[in-house]
Amino acid sequence: MSVVTESTEPAEPDGPSGPGGPQTSPEKLLSPVLSAFWDEPESWTLETYQRHDGYQGMRTALAMPPDDVIALVKDSGLRGRGGAGFPTGMKWQFIPQGDGKPHYLVVNADESEPGTCKDIPLLFANPHSLIEGMIIACHAIRSSHAFIYLRGEVVPVLRRLHHAVAEAYAAGYLGKDIAGSGFDLDITVHAGAGAYICGEETALLDSLEGRRGQPRLRPPFPAVAGLYACPTVVNNVESIASVPAILHRGKDWFRSMGSEKSPGFTLYSLSGHVTNPGQYEAPLGVTLRQLLDVSGGMRTGHRLKFWTPGGSSTPMFTEEHLDVPLDYEGVGAAGSMLGTKALQCFDETTCVVRAVTRWTEFYAHESCGKCTPCREGTYWLVQLLRGIEAGKGTAEDITKLEDIADTINGKSFCALGDGAASPIFSSLKYFRDEYEAHVTGGGCPFDPALSTVWADQSPQEVNA
Amino acid sequence: MTHTPDTAVGIGMPAMPAPDYPADVRARLDADAAELVARYPDSRSALLPLLHLVQAEEGHVTATGMRFCAQTLGLTGAEVSAVATFYTMYRRKPSGDYQVGVCTNTLCAVLGGDAILDALHEHLGVGDDGTTEDGKVTVEHIECNAACDFAPVVMVNWEFFDNQTPESAKRLVDDLRAGRPVEPTRGAPLCTYRETARILAGFPDPRPGAVEASGGAGPASLIGLRLAKGEAGAGRVVAPRTADHPAGERPPEHLSAHDAPQKTSASDPEHPAGPVSEEGEG
Ligand SMILES: Cc1cc2nc3c(=O)[nH]c(=O)nc-3n(C[C@H](O)[C@H](O)[C@H](O)COP(=O)(O)O)c2cc1C
Ligand code: SF4
Ligand code: FES
Repeated sequence: MSVVTESTEPAEPDGPSGPGGPQTSPEKLLSPVLSAFWDEPESWTLETYQRHDGYQGMRTALAMPPDDVIALVKDSGLRGRGGAGFPTGMKWQFIPQGDGKPHYLVVNADESEPGTCKDIPLLFANPHSLIEGMIIACHAIRSSHAFIYLRGEVVPVLRRLHHAVAEAYAAGYLGKDIAGSGFDLDITVHAGAGAYICGEETALLDSLEGRRGQPRLRPPFPAVAGLYACPTVVNNVESIASVPAILHRGKDWFRSMGSEKSPGFTLYSLSGHVTNPGQYEAPLGVTLRQLLDVSGGMRTGHRLKFWTPGGSSTPMFTEEHLDVPLDYEGVGAAGSMLGTKALQCFDETTCVVRAVTRWTEFYAHESCGKCTPCREGTYWLVQLLRGIEAGKGTAEDITKLEDIADTINGKSFCALGDGAASPIFSSLKYFRDEYEAHVTGGGCPFDPALSTVWADQSPQEVNA
Repeated sequence: MTHTPDTAVGIGMPAMPAPDYPADVRARLDADAAELVARYPDSRSALLPLLHLVQAEEGHVTATGMRFCAQTLGLTGAEVSAVATFYTMYRRKPSGDYQVGVCTNTLCAVLGGDAILDALHEHLGVGDDGTTEDGKVTVEHIECNAACDFAPVVMVNWEFFDNQTPESAKRLVDDLRAGRPVEPTRGAPLCTYRETARILAGFPDPRPGAVEASGGAGPASLIGLRLAKGEAGAGRVVAPRTADHPAGERPPEHLSAHDAPQKTSASDPEHPAGPVSEEGEG
């Protein structure tokens, strides 16, 4: 019974374009940059940050013309970490120059996609990396006022952001004439009030303008008409926090990790039925098998059943996808999306119908109501799924699920609708028999007690 | 203190004009509001912060509070209530001093969140969104709170209580009701819901030590870093769930089950003892 992941063979040498084979040691597989000093006793302070090269990238950037900063970030190949993977430097380049309007940077710290848990620990442990990145980005796009839109439900993080911004002002990194460069910048920390849709960038802008968070029609894109109808860059926390290291250590260093099209390092968040859930910072392109191999695998005595590569909105994977390179191209080619790199792993004790029902309830609850396919479709999906889960469904209900998901997907106003369809399609693709078992068996064949973290701690359940 | 009926937020019958705040309260709120409005190029952007502010005043968003927001920002009552009702963090009725939110999004639910919520309902004798008779604790289910690697997660007044069980959650609410101090795994010693709302409005927590409380990153946040530094031994880190053995402090143990296809106690009934003996060796 002891299939170990430990290897007696020497690790394969790392190739120039990424980590080595499955036998790579954790030291070689992982590449902590953003998380490099989170284990310091006061990792969140300016003092600690400065001991770890903090605000060096900012000095480099402020000595460069803004367009050169944009070119450097573009050449580094950094892609957005908020889900879609859009090249960050290109996004900055879209901001019109000399238009006489104010420009804004808005950092998307709404992190609410189910399974996603990287920005919040990042901001809790190292908020200054975001602030430094914001200074660099604002210099590049010629913005003198930036906003951090933080979801409201994370007060400990809000405290540390308030504190870090105050520290940065006191140190002269924010305010007038930053570090003697003549550049001015103010940062406003803004707490949301509970609405997943506010993570969608145009809904976020409406929310920041004091309205209901509902997506806007595009075009115009935020780069042309964003906050207060002015040119605006909206970037994810991790995207911006990755910029200081690129400025400080250079684009070649950044490109030495990951692949040609997906260069660099990123935070992978492992959760669920794994031995060691947590944050694993690694070059883009590692596989789930490698991460499980170095981290202790699935919980003892269980095997992987299904997992999400990047949150609940990304089509689920199974065991057969353990070797898919977790970068934008690799995950896309395998039929899903890298998304937020939220690797939620579920083992064989988990009912896929239950999991999908719960996610669908979430989408129905969070649907902003602006467009009919999503508002009505998610409602009916929930009705059908609840019926099937309770053993009251029919074979036609399963077909109907697929039909409704098809009506939502690609026909909704924003990507929340597509996200709601993803778990339906992908679970039916890999686990249709499990839906059918609920129908023919008149109920759920799984015992939810076996899926809990404490299940295996009581002797009778282990022997079950 | 002003009190207004719930119907003030509803649509349909026109509500009676809400009473104003008493003059001293109004003066204090005006000063706070001016500070918040000044942070934005356009005053309307301060609406969400102002709604948090009036929630800090009364514990929930009342008609009086919405009227104050409307007057301050030059908006209509309808514009304000359309926003107030859109966001789940604005309460529309009086609730407990401590809002206990159990995450029941898929990952936490499966790992035990559903069982925790059931246990709390039963233990306290309240339903979802119900408040205990002493007015201390309101229990509700919440969505994914970006802490899945600490599942199952419970939030109290939006501070993190990670890696909960039904027993630990019951102890937690008992302590809250008895007025015993409780400490989050990540976050500061609890303040009341209204004090929390004031931080959300944008006023930093004034309590000394609040920012430092609970230290740096939580254990799960550090797992990858420790592995990368070779501190925990390759593949031999310890689950943070075993609270008395923080990661890295326990001697190296066995590697756990492989992720690849293999027999398990469920799929291999002849060898139910497999995982048991492994578990016992730790
Ligand atoms: C429903 C929905 C929710 C989203 N939530 C978030 C979020 O919480 N954080 C985030 O950064 N991006 C989120 N996004 C993606 C944003 O719209 C946007 O693409 C992103 O912030 C851009 O940043 P990036 O280019 O740095 O990745 C969401 C998108 C949708 C459709
Ligand atoms: S897809 Fe859903 S969330 Fe997006 S605009 Fe339509 S109703 Fe709103
Ligand atoms: S599912 Fe509970 S915190 Fe993410």
